[in-house]
Amino acid sequence: MPETYLDATELVLNMGPQHPSTHGVLRVILKLDGEKVLGTECVIGYLHRGVEKIGENRTWAQFVPYVDRTDYLAAVSNGLGYCLAVEKLLGVEAPPRAEVIRVILTELQRIASHLVWLGTHVLDVGAQTPLFYCFREREDICNIFEKYCGARLTTHAFRIGGLQYDLYDNFAEEVKAFCRMFPARVDDYEQLLTGNRIWVGRTRHIGILTAEDCKAYGVTGPMLRAAGVKWDLRKAQPYSGYEKYDFEIPIGQYGDTFDRYIVRMQEMRQSLRIVEQAVEGIPEGPIMAKAPKVIKPPVGEVYVSIEAPKGELGYFVVSDGGTQPYRVRVRPPSFINLQALDRMARGGLVADIVAIIGTIDIVLGEVDR
Amino acid sequence: MAATPWEDELTGSLQEQFGDQISEFSTYLGQPFLVARPEAVVPILEFLKLEADFDYLVDVTAVDYPQRDERFDLVYILYSFARNQRIRIKTRIAEGCEPATATGVHLTADWLEREVFDMFGIRFAGHPNMRRILMPEDWEGHPLRKDHPITRVDERWVKEHLGIESAP
Repeated sequence: MPETYLDATELVLNMGPQHPSTHGVLRVILKLDGEKVLGTECVIGYLHRGVEKIGENRTWAQFVPYVDRTDYLAAVSNGLGYCLAVEKLLGVEAPPRAEVIRVILTELQRIASHLVWLGTHVLDVGAQTPLFYCFREREDICNIFEKYCGARLTTHAFRIGGLQYDLYDNFAEEVKAFCRMFPARVDDYEQLLTGNRIWVGRTRHIGILTAEDCKAYGVTGPMLRAAGVKWDLRKAQPYSGYEKYDFEIPIGQYGDTFDRYIVRMQEMRQSLRIVEQAVEGIPEGPIMAKAPKVIKPPVGEVYVSIEAPKGELGYFVVSDGGTQPYRVRVRPPSFINLQALDRMARGGLVADIVAIIGTIDIVLGEVDR
Repeated sequence: MAATPWEDELTGSLQEQFGDQISEFSTYLGQPFLVARPEAVVPILEFLKLEADFDYLVDVTAVDYPQRDERFDLVYILYSFARNQRIRIKTRIAEGCEPATATGVHLTADWLEREVFDMFGIRFAGHPNMRRILMPEDWEGHPLRKDHPITRVDERWVKEHLGIESAP
């Protein structure tokens, strides 16, 4: 055997943090045997800004815009979770009109978040067209947000106790127009992908995460539902009046990448159903509860969580009776779901890593906070 | 509003099993929690998982109260899919105390405990990979401690890795 013989049994490969399909600054260390993945390790923290520490140094209300910047693709959902947590501690409830507006905006945000996931995930796997379609539709949602509160991405849409702004004049018409247009667009995406042999080949039986794995790793959201667990916080522990709306929880069968795709596509349709129902009956009345001008929740601690687009998003807030939170803990779905990457990738092929990272639907702003 | 006592068949079986290792069963704003001794936490997690279907560890986090003797509150949030119920386990630990890891019961505790170590400097005994997770590995200081000012940076690290001298 020549002296230059290369031992090709094991190779350690570094992927990221500057890699387009890691959706931000995620570094994954891969241990490979040929094309087979023997193990992975995530290196995270590149986007750590100390959001929880900042929370302890701002007033309760000043912290609302900061939560937008954790999962910046679903700013509205983050704001809802934090506001609900502080409201619970304060003993304040948003008035009915504010609740309905919150539901409409949050569900539109879920659709927008899923659209970014779909576009980028599909792009990673090799299909370019859907990205442009997805961003076209997301643009309509961003335009509605912009007209409502002036911002498209980090919206600061909600306030503790309700809303700052009432709806603009033809909000309902614009949302209804979106609802009329969108189902056909989802059909378009599905026509491009669901029966596409390449897409099915790249996602079917790839990155399987069973229901038991999901529970062990604390994985929630569409990933848990794709494994066949019919669990959604909007149904299990309804908040903001979700019990009033008629919608279903889509579930998958195998918990693979294809099932997660199907679940999220169905979720967009279900979110649309909720929006359609909510926009029909926006009650009149105040948009702000009688919350004190200076927010000083009584001493105590509370954990409140919502079904964010990526899974269970929780806020554990502790008050010492002062004007600033004593502690704000963000329970981020992306961070916890990402932990299951190794389980999904191990034993698979290196080419599937990109598909598996895409299917988790992470936002590094939320992973690192 | 003050916390009210929490009593049902679950607290009964926990009391029977763990006796005076659990010092309090309470409900605050409709959210039940119990306070236990640090060494009892992992056995309680295991008992709840096996006997009461609390199979989903939602979160592990800490709160720092530097003026107390036992300065940290360690908080475990649990959920049961079967019961659709959420409970919290709280324990108080002193500086330097190394609570046992929960990774043997819930795999998700791995990263969560690493984050608690990173942010508060609480080491978990028996953890398979007790390293920092968000901050750089050779960083000094634990940012979420109350005696850590918000503007503090590890100047040695910044100089070594970024070549930036901090202002005098």
